[in-house]
Amino acid sequence: MKKLSLLGLLGLVLRRDLLLAMRRRADVLTTLIFFVMVVSLFPLGVGPEIDMLRKMASGVVWVAALLASMLSLPRMFSADYADGTLEQMMLAPQSLSVLVLGKIAAHWMLSGLPLALIAPVLGLQFDMSVPALWILVIALLLGTPVLSMIGAVGAALTLGLRGGGVLVSLLVLPLCIPVLIFGAGAVEAVNSGMSVVSNLSFLGAFMLFALVFTPFVAAQALRISME
Amino acid sequence: MSWSEFFAMNGYAFYVWGSYGVALLVFGIEILMVRNRRKNALRELRLMRDESGETGTGEVA
Amino acid sequence: MAINWFKYSAPTNFYGLAGKLIPFFAWPAAVLFVIGLYIGFFVAPTDAVQSEAYRIIFLHVPTSILSMFIYLIMAGYAALGLIFNTRLSSMMAQALAPTGALFAFISLWTGALWGKPMWGAWWVWDARLTSELILLFLYLGFIALQASIEDPRRADRASALLAIVGSVNVPIIYFSVKWWNTLHQGSTIKFTGTSMHIAMQEAMFAMLVACWLYSIAVSLARVRSIILERERNTQWVNELKEVRS
Repeated sequence: MKKLSLLGLLGLVLRRDLLLAMRRRADVLTTLIFFVMVVSLFPLGVGPEIDMLRKMASGVVWVAALLASMLSLPRMFSADYADGTLEQMMLAPQSLSVLVLGKIAAHWMLSGLPLALIAPVLGLQFDMSVPALWILVIALLLGTPVLSMIGAVGAALTLGLRGGGVLVSLLVLPLCIPVLIFGAGAVEAVNSGMSVVSNLSFLGAFMLFALVFTPFVAAQALRISME
Repeated sequence: MSWSEFFAMNGYAFYVWGSYGVALLVFGIEILMVRNRRKNALRELRLMRDESGETGTGEVA
Repeated sequence: MAINWFKYSAPTNFYGLAGKLIPFFAWPAAVLFVIGLYIGFFVAPTDAVQSEAYRIIFLHVPTSILSMFIYLIMAGYAALGLIFNTRLSSMMAQALAPTGALFAFISLWTGALWGKPMWGAWWVWDARLTSELILLFLYLGFIALQASIEDPRRADRASALLAIVGSVNVPIIYFSVKWWNTLHQGSTIKFTGTSMHIAMQEAMFAMLVACWLYSIAVSLARVRSIILERERNTQWVNELKEVRS
């Protein structure tokens, strides 16, 4: 049995987690429904004036995306932690960072990706222009992975703690504020005709920065929590 | 400059004394909390010691 | 005579040393506090723009600087504790967190009370105030994580990792908030623009050092309690005269 390559490990963990998630499809839908509901609540609270809604749209969608991805974070490790597979995974002679990266990718595909795909539909609720919708999707595709990655560190730190769900949000949300600022800023720039390149490049920079560091940091956090 | 003028802070009394007052209050509370925490820690230790060594020899269980 | 640097890294020795050191920090802090207030209120002239309200900066600026400074020191101790497994460093980080959070709170409170007469609103989404608010959230996250884990060893290491991740993010947050603020509002009037009278600088400096010494004294006192709590089963704690009497 040839030794599993890192990419092979990544694919293995990704396939496993997606398979597990598909068996409990409700979890994926809850994140999506929560996102749609939160975005739809705003016009009810703020009032139906279209021009105000158009101005608020990107901020509302981004905050809802942040909250929705926080919702499913605790489940990233808790199922495996409960039945002990996480312990076996950590004992396996494989790189824990890549394994965690696989879990992060699985979490992103189950929460970040659907949010980005459904965001244009919600954008129509706020009467956003077509270019704005495109930029919103691109910004979400760039930003939501960072939420999953920083969230993975939070989830690993609060493994097995009661009240972990709220605690993860308290730990992780302040760290995601730059993503929110530049994500919402990107759509804002389109509406006001400014160039979008700077905002999107910042989002890309955050993603690469997170991609390099968070798997290792999350692996350390797992080792601390599992001692 | 008379005291009443001083305390009036040219009309900004509420803001100036509001901030300094709350700051001193917070510092005061913090000092009391630290002192209280020390008292509790010591009381805890004495309780443990009395429980463990009835004869007061104070050896650790 | 080789100095044994690590003599005081053991809780047993540090406990006594901290006890002796506290008065050396507490009293100078009190004296400097009085001096700072005296200069700030009696010597410093009335400001042309906001007459007396500006005197709040003698508290707002030092507490803001210290809230940031203490967070970095806390992250430093946390990193030391994580890397070298020295329990005392983690205890020191845990002792610093509440003081840092209180400084952040005071900075926000005085910022609001200073903003009302100057900008006409209790809360202004100014870049500095917003970043200070986020810093307070980081402190609360650290304290909440530390408090929610029973096992002290895991609590230390987990909150240490969070402090390190937090300290890496702080510059990024400060930059993006500044970008976000100038994008929407243009920078609000800067106080430091007007040249500060020498007495103002003296008062500011005295208050800064006073707050700094105060934070050291309080943290040392708190770390002593943490040592007592954590080392309750050890022999040397029960030998202590405070426990015996």
